[in-house]
Amino acid sequence: MPRSLRTDRMTPLAGPRASRRPLSAQRSRAAWLLLAPMLVTLAAVALWPLARTIWFSFTNADLNDLDATRFVGLDNYFGELGLFLNPNDTEGFWASDWGIAIANTLKFALASVLLETLFGLGVALLLNQEFKGRALVRAAVLVPWAIPTIVSAKMWGWMLHDQFGAINHLLLTAGLIQQPIAWTADPAYALWTVVAVDVWKTTPFMALLILAALQTLPKDCYEAARVDGVHPLRVFWYVTLPLIRPALVVAVVFRLLDALRVFDLIYVLTSNDASTISMSGFVRREMVEHGYMGYGSAASTVLFLVIGLATVLVMRLARDRRLEDAP
Amino acid sequence: MSTQRSRAASAAIYGLAALVTLVSVYPFLYALSTSLKTGSALFDPSLWPSGASLRNYASLLSDGEQPFPRHVLNSIGVSVAVVALSLALGVTAAYALGRVSFKGRGLLLGTILAVSMFPQVAVLAGMFELIRALGLYNRAAGLVLPYLIFTLPFTVWVLTTFMKQLPKELEEAAIMDGCGPLRIIGQVFMPLLWPALVSTGLLAFIAAWNEFLFALTFVLDNDERTVPVSISLISGASLYDIPWGKIMAASVLVTLPLIALVLVFQRKIVSGLTAGAVKG
Amino acid sequence: MARIDFRQVRKRYAPGLPLVIKDADIEVGSGEFCVFVGPSGCGKSTLLRMVAGLEDITSGDLLIGGQRVNDLPPAKRGVAMVFQSYALYPHMTVAENMAFGLRTLGADKAAIERKVRAAAEMLQLTPLLERLPKALSGGQRQRVAIGRAIVKEPRVFLFDEPLSNLDAALRAQTRLEIARLHRDLGSASMVYVTHDQVEAMTLADKIVLLHAGPLIEERGSVAQAGPPMALYHRPASRFVAEFIGSPRMNMLPARLLDAQAGHAEVELAGQRVRVAVDARHLERQADVQVGVRPEHVVVADEGEGAPLPASLLHVERLGDTSLLYVDAGPGLDALTVRVEGAAARAPGARLTLRLRAERLHLFDAAGLACRRTVELPT
Repeated sequence: MPRSLRTDRMTPLAGPRASRRPLSAQRSRAAWLLLAPMLVTLAAVALWPLARTIWFSFTNADLNDLDATRFVGLDNYFGELGLFLNPNDTEGFWASDWGIAIANTLKFALASVLLETLFGLGVALLLNQEFKGRALVRAAVLVPWAIPTIVSAKMWGWMLHDQFGAINHLLLTAGLIQQPIAWTADPAYALWTVVAVDVWKTTPFMALLILAALQTLPKDCYEAARVDGVHPLRVFWYVTLPLIRPALVVAVVFRLLDALRVFDLIYVLTSNDASTISMSGFVRREMVEHGYMGYGSAASTVLFLVIGLATVLVMRLARDRRLEDAP
Repeated sequence: MSTQRSRAASAAIYGLAALVTLVSVYPFLYALSTSLKTGSALFDPSLWPSGASLRNYASLLSDGEQPFPRHVLNSIGVSVAVVALSLALGVTAAYALGRVSFKGRGLLLGTILAVSMFPQVAVLAGMFELIRALGLYNRAAGLVLPYLIFTLPFTVWVLTTFMKQLPKELEEAAIMDGCGPLRIIGQVFMPLLWPALVSTGLLAFIAAWNEFLFALTFVLDNDERTVPVSISLISGASLYDIPWGKIMAASVLVTLPLIALVLVFQRKIVSGLTAGAVKG
Repeated sequence: MARIDFRQVRKRYAPGLPLVIKDADIEVGSGEFCVFVGPSGCGKSTLLRMVAGLEDITSGDLLIGGQRVNDLPPAKRGVAMVFQSYALYPHMTVAENMAFGLRTLGADKAAIERKVRAAAEMLQLTPLLERLPKALSGGQRQRVAIGRAIVKEPRVFLFDEPLSNLDAALRAQTRLEIARLHRDLGSASMVYVTHDQVEAMTLADKIVLLHAGPLIEERGSVAQAGPPMALYHRPASRFVAEFIGSPRMNMLPARLLDAQAGHAEVELAGQRVRVAVDARHLERQADVQVGVRPEHVVVADEGEGAPLPASLLHVERLGDTSLLYVDAGPGLDALTVRVEGAAARAPGARLTLRLRAERLHLFDAAGLACRRTVELPT
């Protein structure tokens, strides 16, 4: 037997200082140590600024004169110049700047996500079929998503230009409109224009998610349905849709929470016009352009609470559902 | 999958496919075409640029007032830094969250994900204070801090999903071989994980590259700007003269590499996205 | 030095859940080849992983070499494990796979190379040292996994069902190699987990047969521990008797008539049968089971042992032996009888079975065996 493999050699054993804690506890401790750097960083860049912002919302901080900051309690929220129950809102809450911002944000979010889901579903169903050039179409569909938001805004801003834009030119030549429309400036169209551009940009994301879900579906259901001669629409409604519902719900909720934060598109396409401003746009305007750091912080805290509560609710529901499904 | 399709269905599918492709790709092609037009050709909305020239690009790259190449470098620098930090912090965190079961793990994961859902404006005031205190106001480097708010949770979430899928016996063999967690991550899991790192890094890079709000608010200095803000602020000779040709040129320059990256890494990106959403 | 002791070891996965290991008292001697075997759910893998340091012990002590190792991390225990799926590092060559553990410990490069080469020679892996795992066959990967364990020169080798992923022919061959390995590696103990009792019988110096299901709670985890032949010829319970040996031991319901120092007498199928066991602790008229292995039932019209008339149901000819399935009367399951050569009889034939006292086992109503008074030849 090879001499180099004597097996009576002792491997080093731990001395009397061996840990007295069970192995799983040792592993848990190591896990927390590994998590620490990330958690500390996250706390420093996210939780701390958030806390400070909420603090600012209770003060009258002004960017132009920060030293004069004083604690004002809930004035920014409910006081004379506050966000809600403001006695100066002569035409009612929804006509105030903040009210308009909230309305815009909600309209944008709901319309966008609805359309993205519908179109996304359509594109996903299309890409799920086999046809020549499918890979090409799939690559093409990724292009709007790859383009930076600002660039999209500029590109579409140019195509929607009232005088030289290609869209107006197309519609005029087709006889669908008589006058060129100021898509991004006219208050009647501006918000829906933004919705349209957002839908163009984000449909690929939804389509990809739904396609991934579609591709995990078992094929035998469909073959059985075909043998039974069931109409494809019924198959879609009664078989496909229920099966992709979980993934669909996740994607929709995710997108909805994301859409409530919209800023970039509206700012660049419509220059943050008062009629199209979103909640985020309102915050930035108040804080940066007017310098009302306290007031702006209050608005941002409201937005945070709205999204925060919605997120918590969703996660609760998701966790409960998962517990239901678990064996 | 149907093996026999009616003529009508085939026509519908190909028609739809053509429409989808057209709608997806046309705007970018139009931007490309516009970038090659100068002068009065800009007023012509046809796709083909008459009198195509690269004058817009030249003007863009040589502009002293608005140094576009400098802005590109700023963006690259910030994005790379953010991605590197996120991956470094995220990998070790993902090991802990994906492979060690400990009390509070689920809650922690949920909280981390929740952080990425923060509206950016919710931290605006506090972040402004922080950046100024660190002396990073008006510097591109200062953007790394706010960008971590969304890249870090995203990276942790996706990497955790990938970590969970690695085989248990491999890890146990490494434990038997005397590896601590760091060695396991570095020498055993990393080689298996690098495709995930690539797709996560790519997605984080794209997100950091595109960011607008913080870049607009925290960096005012012309030299320190990043690309999205730079493009939105491209201006012409007078206040009302919007140089669309130049803007489109900048857009094309910035977008081409991104489109190329996305097309080349299609599969990885899709798996990264779906790992986060569908399986998570 | 390489002794392993389980003392009253218990495990449950969480408070409130049932015990998966109960009161395990097991001793593996230095240099012994010990096989943990049992039906699925018996906790054999769990016990193995406890020795490895991959599972926590809820209560009780585990000692290796006389030292309590409950809270000691795996790398400090002097153990090496061969996994069921081999768990080779896919991005490392065979040589790197084998060297990894030693490199992690910080051993000298020259020493590592020496040991890797020696192990590769022993396992005929030398031509494969620069290959990646995906370029190896299942049997070759198996050997690399073993080689990875050998180079660490552990006190204890742990095998987790190493043959279950191999096909039948390879299994037999690898069994021989493992046996040879044990001989060559001298003083290292080997703990081997399998569900296959043939592997257990052929490889083990000692078998530890483990209970599963409700028996864990009733009787503790260990059903019986001892040399293979001890479990075969002196099973401590019905569970052991029926698990070890293939085909299974025949079980015949009977009633105890008389018990004396040297033997007991039972009523079986209307016959008075003598069994060479001490059943004095049982009540008269108690329900008992008589156990007899297929090869111990003699088919003969005349001769020693109580006669049992039966009719032949079915014959399976295996070439060297034949299995006869016979019906010995109402209330009895079909008996399996093993005879030499090719049986010439046909189904329906009438036979007389002979049950010799010293070949029979007696189990009480709870399944526990009565002490044998005549030892079976080993």
